[in-house]
Parts: sequence; C-alpha cells; structure tokens
Amino acid sequence: MERNQLHRLVALSRQPLFDQGFLDEQFLQLEELQDDANPNFVEEVVTLYYRDSARLILNIEQALERNPLDFNKLDILMHQFKGSSSSIGAKKVKAECTFFRENCRAGNGEGCIRTFQQLKKEYATLRKKLEAYFQLTRQVGPAETACRPK
Amino acid sequence: MNLTKEKKSMSTASSSVGWKAGDVVPDQFPAGLRVLVVDDEPTWLMVLEKMLRNCLYEVTKCNRAETALSLLRENKNGYDIVISDVHMPEMDGFELLEHIGLEMDVPVIMMSADGEKNVVMKGVIRGACDYLIKPVGMEALKNIWQHVVRKKRNVWKHLEQSGSVEEGDRQQKQSEDVDHSSSANAGNRRNSKKRKDEEEDAEERDDTSTLKKPRVVWSVELHQQFVAAVNQLGIDKAVPKKILELMNVPGLTRENVASHLQKYRLYLRRSSGVSQHQNNLNSGFITPQEATYGPLSSLNGLDLQTLAATGQLPAQSLATLQAAGIGRSVVKSRIPMPIVDQRNLFSFEFPKLRIGDGQQQQLSTGKPMNLLHGIPTTLEPKQLANLHHSAQSLGSMNMQVNAHGSQGGQNNSSLMQISQSQSRGQTLNEATGNHVPTLLPSSMAQPILSNPVVGGVLARNGLTENGRGTEYNLVSQSSSMLNFPLNSAAELSNNSFPLGTSPGISSLTSKGVPQEEVSSEIKGSVGFMPSYDIFSDLNQHKSHDWELHNVGMTFNASQQNNSLQSNLDIGPSVLSHQGFSSSRRTGQNSNISAVGKPMFTAGDASERVNAQDVGHFNTFFADNSVRVKSEIVSDANCQINIFPEQFGQEDLMSTLLKQQQQGHIASAENEFDFDGYPLDNMPV
Repeated sequence: MERNQLHRLVALSRQPLFDQGFLDEQFLQLEELQDDANPNFVEEVVTLYYRDSARLILNIEQALERNPLDFNKLDILMHQFKGSSSSIGAKKVKAECTFFRENCRAGNGEGCIRTFQQLKKEYATLRKKLEAYFQLTRQVGPAETACRPK
Repeated sequence: MNLTKEKKSMSTASSSVGWKAGDVVPDQFPAGLRVLVVDDEPTWLMVLEKMLRNCLYEVTKCNRAETALSLLRENKNGYDIVISDVHMPEMDGFELLEHIGLEMDVPVIMMSADGEKNVVMKGVIRGACDYLIKPVGMEALKNIWQHVVRKKRNVWKHLEQSGSVEEGDRQQKQSEDVDHSSSANAGNRRNSKKRKDEEEDAEERDDTSTLKKPRVVWSVELHQQFVAAVNQLGIDKAVPKKILELMNVPGLTRENVASHLQKYRLYLRRSSGVSQHQNNLNSGFITPQEATYGPLSSLNGLDLQTLAATGQLPAQSLATLQAAGIGRSVVKSRIPMPIVDQRNLFSFEFPKLRIGDGQQQQLSTGKPMNLLHGIPTTLEPKQLANLHHSAQSLGSMNMQVNAHGSQGGQNNSSLMQISQSQSRGQTLNEATGNHVPTLLPSSMAQPILSNPVVGGVLARNGLTENGRGTEYNLVSQSSSMLNFPLNSAAELSNNSFPLGTSPGISSLTSKGVPQEEVSSEIKGSVGFMPSYDIFSDLNQHKSHDWELHNVGMTFNASQQNNSLQSNLDIGPSVLSHQGFSSSRRTGQNSNISAVGKPMFTAGDASERVNAQDVGHFNTFFADNSVRVKSEIVSDANCQINIFPEQFGQEDLMSTLLKQQQQGHIASAENEFDFDGYPLDNMPV
C-alpha cells in the first residue's frame, strides 16, 4: 500500500477510537510523548497496561467470588484498576469502573457483578482495537501516526 | 515560549534566592530538576517518567513508598521534589508525605485518580505542596518547579532581614494561594510568576529603599519613634495624623502610620489581656526556672534588652515585657502562640524570634538564625545586646507583618523566649504544661540575635549552600504547618499550611501532620536550640542550612498559628522536635533534649498539639537524627522563631519593655552595637 494511503488509513482508523469514546485525551498525551527516543512509546505503555491490569482483573474476579462480598476491598481494587486505565486513556473502561465503584458503595453485589462483566467486555474490545491500530502504525512508522483528532 | 520565560525568570529568582552556589545551574532551571516519582502502578510510572523526562527533569522512579523513603534518606539533598501517588499498598502516599515532611522537608506533590475533596484535603493538610488529579497533564508537570522555588524563597525570605519580610510574607502567601489552586492553570501560573518577580524585586531592594517603596519597613528606630509619638500624645489621643507629624519621617505616609497604629493597638490589647493568664502561669514556672537559672535571671532581663536592642522586638513590646517583669512571668503565660495567620505569623515572626545563640531550640525564622551564626557565643552581653536588637527588630517586624496585631502577641512570645532562654532547658522539662513559656524565652533570645545578623549571615551563607535548596524543602509548605520556607514557597513552602486559623490549628493537631511540617521547619532551628555556648561553637558552619531550615520552620509555624493559642501549641511541639533533633545531631548537651521533651508535653492540652503528635515527634526524632539537617548544628540558627512567637510574645515583650524601662536595654544597646556585630563576628 502506498505510504500516503497508509497514513490516511491510520488517521481514519484512530479517529473512531476517539469519536466513539474508547479513548480520551490521555491517549493523545501518550502520542505526544512519543518521539525519536521512544518511537514505540504508546504501544509500550498499552502493552504494559494490559499486562498489569490482567493481574488486577484477576484479583477483582477472585474478590467477587467471595461470600459475602467485601465491598471495601472491591472498591480499593477497582480504584487501582481505574487509575491504571486512566493512564492510557481508556475512556469506556474507566466509565465502567466508576459504575462498579458506585455499586460497591451502595453495597450492591449484583450490580457489581453486572458492571464487572460489562467492564471486561469494554476492556477486551479496546484491546482488539488497539492491537489492530498498532499493527497499522507499525507499518506506517510511529512518528506519523500521532495527530490530534478534529 | 512560556517555558523559556519561566526559565529566565527562574534564573533571576534562583539567583536572588541564592542558588548561585548551588548545584542547580540557575540558567537552565528548571531543567535538571531532580524529581522522585512514586507510583505503584507500572503504567503510570512509565508515563510519568516519560513526561517528566520530556520536561527535562532528572527522573528517578520507584514503585514503593518505602523505597522512595530510603532513597531520600540515603541522600537528603538528592532530590528537589517528590511526586507521589496516594493509594499504594503498605505505606501510602500520605504516610510518605508525613515522613518526608519530618525528615527532609522536600516539597511533595500528591497525585491520584481520586479527586475527592476529603482526600485532597488530607493531602493539603499534611503538607503536600500540590495535589494533582490523574490523568496528569504535561502542563501540570511543567509547572512543578515552582514549588521548589517557592520553598527556597520562603526560607530565603525569612533569612533576609528587614522589610522584605513583610513583602515576602505577603507575596509568599499570595504565591502559595496561587500555587495551590493551580497546578495546571496557566493563568495562575502567570500570576504566581508575576508575584515571584515582584517578590524578587522587593527582596532585592534593601531597607534603605523602603521609603521609595510603597511598603514601609518598620525598623526598630522607626517604631521607637512611633511609640514615642504615641506616648507623647497619649494612646487614646494618638491619631495617625498627629503621630505622623511628631515622627517627622520623610516619606512616611499617614496610611503607613494608621496601619501600624492599628497593629500596635491590637498588640497592646493582647498584652494586657494576657497578662492575667500569664501571671497564673508564671507562678508555676518561675519557681523551677528561677531555681535552675538563678544566674540567668539577670540574663533574662538582659535578654529582653537584647531583644529590644536588636530591634526585633518593638520597643513597645520590650517595654511591656519589662513592665511585666523580666520575662519569666511574662513568658510563662503564653505558651501557645496565637496563630494569627499561618503565613504571616511565621514569616515575620521567625526572623524576629531569632534569639540567636541557640538558647532554645525554638524555631527561628531564617533571619534570626543567620544572626546567630556569626555571633560568638562567649559574648553573653553581646548576645544579649543582640537579642535586644533582634527583639526589637522582631518586634517591629512583627508589627509590620502582622496584619491583625498578632504581632504583638508574637513579639511577646519572642520576648518571652529571650528572657527565658537560659532556663529553657530545664524549665522545659519542668513546665510541661507551661513549656511554652520556658521555651519562649530562649527562643526569643535567639531570634533577636539573629535578626540583625541575619542580613549579614545571609550574605555569607548565601543561601546558596543548599544549592538545590533541597534542605529547605519544607514539606509542602504549603501552608500546612511548617513548611520550611527556605525551599520553596512552601511554601512551604509552603502551601501545605493549613488554611485559616482553625484549619491551621487543626492541621497541627490532626494526625500530627501539620506538626510534621513544623518539624521540618524546626529542623533548622534545632541547631539553634542548643545553648548559647554550643551555638558559638557551631556558628558559621552549617548555619546556612540551619537558617534556611529554621526559616522554613518559623514560617510555617507562624502560618499555622492563627491565634496566639495555637501558635503556642505549635511552638512547643516544634521546639521539642527541634530540641530533640538538635540534641541528636549535635550531640549537644542535655539541654537540648530537655528542651525537646518539655516541648512535647508542653503543648497545651487544649492546643492542637496533642500528645499523640508529640509522641510521634519524639519517636520520630529519636529515630531520625537525620532530620536535623543542620549540619549547622547551628545552634545559632535555632533562633527558634517559632517559639518565641508562639509563646507569648506579649509576655516576653512586656518583660522586655519593663527592662527597657529600667534602663537595661538602653545600656545594653549602648554597649553592644548589634548592627555591627554579626557580620564582623561571624566567621564564615
């Protein structure tokens, strides 16, 4: 594929990520941080995120299996997960975290479980989209992918 | 670009704050700022590191608070600023903040995805100089250098003699306010920068130019003229216009006189209001004190004189103090210093309080400390004279700075301290409840001495010693309690200072965090606390650090103390810390430790400083000799500004005043020309 076309493709594919609310400004920050010294910075961070958050997800799942539910512990775990997700700008994932915490505070076990399922879905969806995106950018070249959406 | 502009102004700022000799190259600042970032989340740690690197900072990252603490302990001056996440396993960000505040007084910025008000409040109260909400933006990180500068400037300001105190205080306050509210606010940043510039200008101007400036520096002489005019007219009939005419000072406006008169009136009111209380307290104190300091009694009187002589105490304060009887009685009553305004209190009080010779560990603002350094300890009379002077200047300074007349109170405490300086060690032990009073005397003595000398010392020390000013980093400064002004506007620097009187006070007592800040400040002063003799031995050396520290401490302490009461509370605790630490560090005599101990217990029960806090501090000190950065041992620095002010300036002042009336002070003044003293005598 021609370079120009690749660039356009990259631009086109990343725009929806923002438009549809999967990513927020933090992701743009990451892109801005990417430079010649760290040409794959964004991808590195996202990879690290998915690796680290997997552990958190596991912890939350285990905590959700307890009976009775320790809402305080769940809240703390989710706070951590939310913080981590905010580092890459995972907007929808963060929103689910907030719902989850609300359920924790309300002592709503059912709500927690439901929200958590939703959260995992968003988490997985984002992962797929980002993986596809990075594949594209690797072909184009990192420096050219960063551009602010309109 | 903004960054460039900031850098330029920063270079100016850095030179003005004496970073010339420091490690940081002013021109490149803030590039090379050594940041320690702590976050248990690897993704954030990676992102932050990259962001900070992009700001051209030197970044060290760690994912555990314990690691961060040991890194800091290994190299106290190794970092300019710490950025830490709040929620971390085991030791969380707040705990780390407290430790840092106690041990090394580096500015700390808290960070969290949690932006809930009560969590943010916790951070502010415990001394964080800023609180960033995640996700953190580049603008916010580009701005963090201001906290370092602010802290340094706070300390520096305190050290600086004279009128700049007033300006510095005000500006500092402003800066702190600005700083707090806008970590990433470009507009605020501009404002604070502007203020900083103003501050720089103000500081660069010396006393002699005060007439040209809108602000008037109420020097000792000026204040004495003022008092004379007021007395001549009669306090009831004294109107600004007539006072102005009588004073016949060119350049002085009626408005200047009016505001000064207002402060003076408040001070008088406070002194008279306190006298009763003081008397009660005095009885308890006097005995132990007298017993222990029999020979010192005369010294107390002299102390007051010296204080007055040094100009730290307003003439009136001295008169009042004297009238109240040699410091002892006066001092005792007011242990807790009024916490008028966190920032105000400390900023100007400390310099005044420099009792110099390490009489007490009391915290002295930077200024006093300097003075002490140069002052040979052997010269007691001289010391006294100095104290006298410093007291006077303190007094006058207090007047200036203290918008609400808290100065009066402060002055008293400082005076009291001076008079009590001798007895401090012992009295402290004994007067648990009344600790403050005892502490005050000594502290007062210190400040007094230091003031005159401060200028000189500062010059010598050049504040540059710390270079990075890491030592000064008063934790937070913010407003919280006692950020060490030196480092950063703390702000000490100060910013961490508790807001308003109640917050300040509560912050002090609550969890003891504020105290930490105080302690950080006190750190400097610890050096001062040692007895005068010790001080002389130590002088010069590390005084720089000390001074700076003390400055910070005093500043913070004052800030936190909105009311007399609260001030005193802080004082004791602060003092105790200092005393404690200083003893550890310098291995000085038991006086120090004794001082320290009483301080803790001294805290009024009602005062914020609660036993827990005290205990905490005690333990802390025991564990961390590191706290006392002072190499300075600088007893001299111990000016202990904090205490003097806290404790009942009024008492002290009245004592001093009495002495003055008795003519002691006058003679003291005649004998020792304080002005010339510090610089000449201070070995560098």
